[in-house]
Amino acid sequence: MGNSTNVVLIENEIAPPHPLKEFWKYFSENKGAVIGLYFIVCAVICAVFANFIAPHSPFDQYRDAILQPPFWLDGGDSKFLLGTDDVGRDILSRLIFGARLSLFVGVIVVTLSLAAGIFLGVTAGYFGGFYETVIMRLMDIMLALPSLLLAMAIVAILGPSLQNAILAIAVVVLPHYVRLTRASVISEKNKDYVTASRVGGAGPIRMMFDVILPNCMAPLIVQATLGFSAAILDAAALGFLGMGAQPPTPEWGAMLANSLQFIQRAWWVVTFPGVAILLTVLAFNLAGDGLRDALDPKMKR
Amino acid sequence: MPKDNPPVITANNLKKYYPVKQDGFFKKDINLKALDGASFSIDAGKTLAVVGESGCGKSTLARLVTMIEEPTSGEFTISDINVVKSSKKEKKTLRSKVQIVFQDPYGSLNPRKKVGDILEEPLIINSELNKSQRREKSLAIMEKVGLTQEQYNRYPHMFSGGQRQRIAVARALMLNPSLVIADEPVSALDVSVQAQALNLLMDLQEEMNLAYLFISHDLSVVRLISHEIMVMYLGRVVEQGEKNTIFDNPLHPYTIALLTATPRVNADYRQKKIRLSGELPSPLNPPSGCTFHRRCAYMSDICKNSAPEPRQIAGRVVSCHNVDKI
Repeated sequence: MGNSTNVVLIENEIAPPHPLKEFWKYFSENKGAVIGLYFIVCAVICAVFANFIAPHSPFDQYRDAILQPPFWLDGGDSKFLLGTDDVGRDILSRLIFGARLSLFVGVIVVTLSLAAGIFLGVTAGYFGGFYETVIMRLMDIMLALPSLLLAMAIVAILGPSLQNAILAIAVVVLPHYVRLTRASVISEKNKDYVTASRVGGAGPIRMMFDVILPNCMAPLIVQATLGFSAAILDAAALGFLGMGAQPPTPEWGAMLANSLQFIQRAWWVVTFPGVAILLTVLAFNLAGDGLRDALDPKMKR
Repeated sequence: MPKDNPPVITANNLKKYYPVKQDGFFKKDINLKALDGASFSIDAGKTLAVVGESGCGKSTLARLVTMIEEPTSGEFTISDINVVKSSKKEKKTLRSKVQIVFQDPYGSLNPRKKVGDILEEPLIINSELNKSQRREKSLAIMEKVGLTQEQYNRYPHMFSGGQRQRIAVARALMLNPSLVIADEPVSALDVSVQAQALNLLMDLQEEMNLAYLFISHDLSVVRLISHEIMVMYLGRVVEQGEKNTIFDNPLHPYTIALLTATPRVNADYRQKKIRLSGELPSPLNPPSGCTFHRRCAYMSDICKNSAPEPRQIAGRVVSCHNVDKI
């Protein structure tokens, strides 16, 4: 009798924990990923509550405090913690509002390109044949053009604005998602569990999106987080070239471009937007790695 | 032989050729004869074992019977429905009649799905049951194959090979099939677990009156589980008949070679091994006449020129010119 109760107890203990709890357990093993995640959470909070956090409006020009250095330098003022730019706007406030734009760009670009890329990639990999050839050759053509050049061409046609820049970047990164998805679908589709589902009577839609796709997600998640940072970078690059966000929008890339001429005199004007881009991109890359490890059941013990 | 019930499956001269592209522009595609004429029938509650080397067409046969692929020619009937000529609607009912258990239990279960979801997928597609009914049914089948209720919410990677194969068997049974194809179901398992899995298969057969098409290259397993045996070589059936007839008195030289190759623990039963010389020929370019003639110890001139027709001899069907001389 005592024996059987013991057995029951052990069985209960082995019962799997809540999925989120389990996910966190594996995710938190990777310290870098956790740090990245914390940074992202901070950035998101900054972006959402920018109105309340930012000490000044990003557009207010303080004519008496032009190119004021950060507060710890000589001539700095605690009123402008990271100093001011060439027309006297508070850099910290502009960075905080800029986080809003950058994250927005990242989310939209990744959502657009991931959705389209997954659809094209899965159908190409699953159906194969002429359809696949047409799609993959199109993607090859897009890859053959330098990505920033292609994005600039698209923006030049549509006219420079943040929306068009987002659209252009989404189109430019599309081939990566399509190729990645197609490759994983092809390697998965001949596995026995897929055949088993087919024997069970599964139709093409269920086969593609319910059976095969979840098994292809690990590389896509990594690519998406990397793509998130790449999108932020590209948007900054387009902004830098004057083809993305237009002044006075506090976009990080545009901030860099506008203050480039002061790099000798006032290093902080250029440095802080640059550092913001660097840290955000790094955080997404770290978190992406951790996400992959945690989401892949094959790596669980 | 009078039968009370019609066989679950009857196949007549099934063939499957795969076109293979040749190098060069003007060369025609040639056919790879993966399966070149197989006829058989299986009664409910019986097991037909298909035996042969790798590349002899065993798995092609499984793919045809499970309707993953269409035969190039030939016909087969499952539960009195002609599969080749069946309508879409009939195919759908047939799907639930035939299920398959794969060789590799590590590849045949979707790693992203929980055991419960894996088992219920066929029900979602093929039945009108609601969520709690599906759950009830899968728990019942899990119990039948020796899994516990706690395992319903686990992922396949948490199981051992033997347990995974039980899950695969459970999935095959979800739709109450009448025919289960077992494609080398135990060859990826440890010997100790093999016995358990075979016993499970045999118990289920008795309980649910299942017909098995059991594909294997392990003759000791075949001897345990099967009622009839079909020996294949390079896409052709070389010998086919009752288990005991064939094990006790094999007639085709290839069958003899296979049987003597089975390892035996008891020295008294050991037989002199007949070693086959040479490799399995390429199915793209099979030898003329009898495809086995280059490796056959009893080869004569006729074997080189004409392919032997299947003949009814001593209670089994055998394809060999020189049966009488052996």
